[in-house]
Amino acid sequence: MRAGTVPILEVRDLSRQFGGYHAVADMALAIDKRSIHAVIGPNGAGKTTLFNLVTGVLPPTAGQILVNGEDVAGARPDRIARLGVVRTFQGVRLFPSMTALENVLVGRFCRTRGGYFAALTRIPGRPSAVEAAARRRSEELLERVGLADQRHMLASELALADQRRLEIARALAVDPQLLLLDEPVAGMNPVEVQEAADLFRSLRDDGITILLTEHHMSLVMAISDRITVMNYGRKIAEGSAEEIKRDPQVLTAYLGSEEAA
Amino acid sequence: MLDPYIESILIFVGINIVLSLSLYLPVSAGLLSLGQGGFMAIGAYVSGYMTSVMEMPFWLALLAGGVVAGLVGLLVGIPSLRIKGVYLIIMTMGFGEIVRVFYLNFEPTGAASGMGGIPVHTTLPVVALVTACVLFLCYQIRGSRIGRALEAVREDELAAEVIGINLTQVKVAIFGLGAAVAGIGGCLFAHYATFIDPGQFGFQRSAEIFIMVVLGGMGNFVGAAIGAVVLTILPELLRIGGMQEWRMTFFGVLLVIIMIVRPLGLIGARR
Amino acid sequence: MLLLQQVVNGVMLGSTYSLIAIGYTLVFGVLHLIHLAHGEVFMIGAFVALQVVLLAGGGLGTALPAAAVASATVGVLIYLVAVKPIMARKGHLFAPMISTIGAGLVLQELATRIFGGEQVGFPVQMESHVWHVGGITITSVQVVILTVSLGLMLALHLFVTMTRVGMAMRATAESMVISHSLGIRSDRIILLTFAIASALAGIAGVLVGMSFNSISPYMGVDMGIKGLAAMLLGGLGNVYGAMLGGLVIGVVEVISVGYLSSSYRDAFAFFVIIAVLLFRPRGIFGSTAHVEG
Repeated sequence: MRAGTVPILEVRDLSRQFGGYHAVADMALAIDKRSIHAVIGPNGAGKTTLFNLVTGVLPPTAGQILVNGEDVAGARPDRIARLGVVRTFQGVRLFPSMTALENVLVGRFCRTRGGYFAALTRIPGRPSAVEAAARRRSEELLERVGLADQRHMLASELALADQRRLEIARALAVDPQLLLLDEPVAGMNPVEVQEAADLFRSLRDDGITILLTEHHMSLVMAISDRITVMNYGRKIAEGSAEEIKRDPQVLTAYLGSEEAA
Repeated sequence: MLDPYIESILIFVGINIVLSLSLYLPVSAGLLSLGQGGFMAIGAYVSGYMTSVMEMPFWLALLAGGVVAGLVGLLVGIPSLRIKGVYLIIMTMGFGEIVRVFYLNFEPTGAASGMGGIPVHTTLPVVALVTACVLFLCYQIRGSRIGRALEAVREDELAAEVIGINLTQVKVAIFGLGAAVAGIGGCLFAHYATFIDPGQFGFQRSAEIFIMVVLGGMGNFVGAAIGAVVLTILPELLRIGGMQEWRMTFFGVLLVIIMIVRPLGLIGARR
Repeated sequence: MLLLQQVVNGVMLGSTYSLIAIGYTLVFGVLHLIHLAHGEVFMIGAFVALQVVLLAGGGLGTALPAAAVASATVGVLIYLVAVKPIMARKGHLFAPMISTIGAGLVLQELATRIFGGEQVGFPVQMESHVWHVGGITITSVQVVILTVSLGLMLALHLFVTMTRVGMAMRATAESMVISHSLGIRSDRIILLTFAIASALAGIAGVLVGMSFNSISPYMGVDMGIKGLAAMLLGGLGNVYGAMLGGLVIGVVEVISVGYLSSSYRDAFAFFVIIAVLLFRPRGIFGSTAHVEG
């Protein structure tokens, strides 16, 4: 961890129990700004639970979750999103009967204003400045993830890889500082994976921090600045890609399970 | 001059459109309420009392009826919107009944004997104006920032939350708005019927409003309005056929058939 | 002593609520459906029993089986006509429940048309005794109600725990998929469940009619809400919870009448529903369903 900078996300002694079972136990994590950080581990290691805890979907049974130094443990997901921490889901969760453009547009909700009074006084066909700006931004984001041509297609009609991209575009609409991507390339072919890797790197270069979990080892090794390995709800190793590749504990944890690619 | 019979049908069409839209609003966020009758009652009684006993102007009473119903809607909404789906339906059913029992015992508005002497103010132009306003409101909401958020909440609450939408705020607000519109519908009703009693706003009423929205299609405010039109006119056709006493049977059968054949209603899902 | 008397009266009343609540619970258990026409099934049972008694004479011995058969038939019909066709399609989430609302509306209006919209007397005669036990008064009507209700609950308990069919019912309620793969004919089980649930409701109809000496086509609405409240209180899908929930509601209702105007009595069940949903959605004894989110 670089000295002197507040990590964008820090987790201390984080635990989540279900009855007697620890899905996550005494987890500690610090994510530096403008980096790509991966959390890996065998199935059931607690990665998705960790994501759920950090994004407020699940409350922790113990521990702290600090976003830019502010403790948000137990906060509701929408508050955490407004603080700049936005996630995607393992099984993509789009709004199926809204178009791609509308999906991204609704991502601008918490960054714009205008309630029922604004709705009543709007002039159909002549969008307000706020609305026009939101629309422009949404179109740019669709362009960015390569979905400009599909903007008027219903989200449910898109192919899986496009749906994943749309979910990222929607997340970007919230102006996140930290993007949490839950298995973002699952089900993608090698070309799509490469495109995704390029996108993640370019997002990082634009100043967005990325925390992802994946089973796709080559992707993880290729783009991660730092990797945390979990097993049985705990951290068992942490370091650069090189260090992790050679860590005996990591190899033991993965022994018998296949690499995804 | 319009035939008085036709005129009264049109007035009821208008009132029922207002009522069905009052349910459509929360439904558009995924909130199914079987208690709109209760909010209708509040609007009817408050406005009726204001015009008949306190002799206040009609439009003021209309506004007050809507506002009070809306406030009650907010109050009821705040604690209950953590509750999902089916359980919210049951809860709103319970609320509707509580309102009915309240007015059944509330002496100042006549308790079980009801309240009469409400001046007639609901003419066709008045109904047309109010109905047009409510339709306009729904149309404006649909194309707006709030409308998108409502749709997102309906489609996937969790996804809506993680992109920064405060579920409680959105749900409570639309629920309160729906309650206010139901109150306005109640006011229109009271000032046409001139006599109201608690029995007119019970579960049967909530079910009728519910059927209108279900029939027309829950994804679209136009559908809800069409459902209201169909459901107002159909019983009149029954009357022509001499079968008006079987109104609720007819509705019930209709409901079952729709659920089997076309659960998304006449208009269907979204657009 | 007054309190004890009220508790006794409450248990008597509550046992009829339990019978209704059990019916809701059984149906919920197999289909995850809240059967909103169940109250009307209860009402029909009472009315048919009345007609049978008026036509053929006889007392309780005629009324109870007549009600059970009539209600079971109506209940099964509701399933076949209004529920089963919908379950077959992957439709709207609430479509089956909405459909039962429709069925209930039809039944209620049919009853009103056929039997008139007024309350009618329920002259199911039986020998009337009054006992005084330690300061408490018990009538023979109450004893009969309690005996029948508790007897039925016991019978149901034995049925689901000790007979093959009963266990098949429990298995289907746990998981239709698994029980299907074990060769259990789930459609038959569902029919049986509806029949039993409805028969219990019909019997409750006779008991309630006897206890109040009158019945009305609108009694299903009230009773339906109370049974629903009892089911929620006891925990959805939990049959024993439903039994206890009914008793609790009956007792608290009777006690509260002592302190509040009786016209608020019916609203009490609604308060229970709302309180349970707000504060303890799983019910007192835990439910088998997801209530929140």
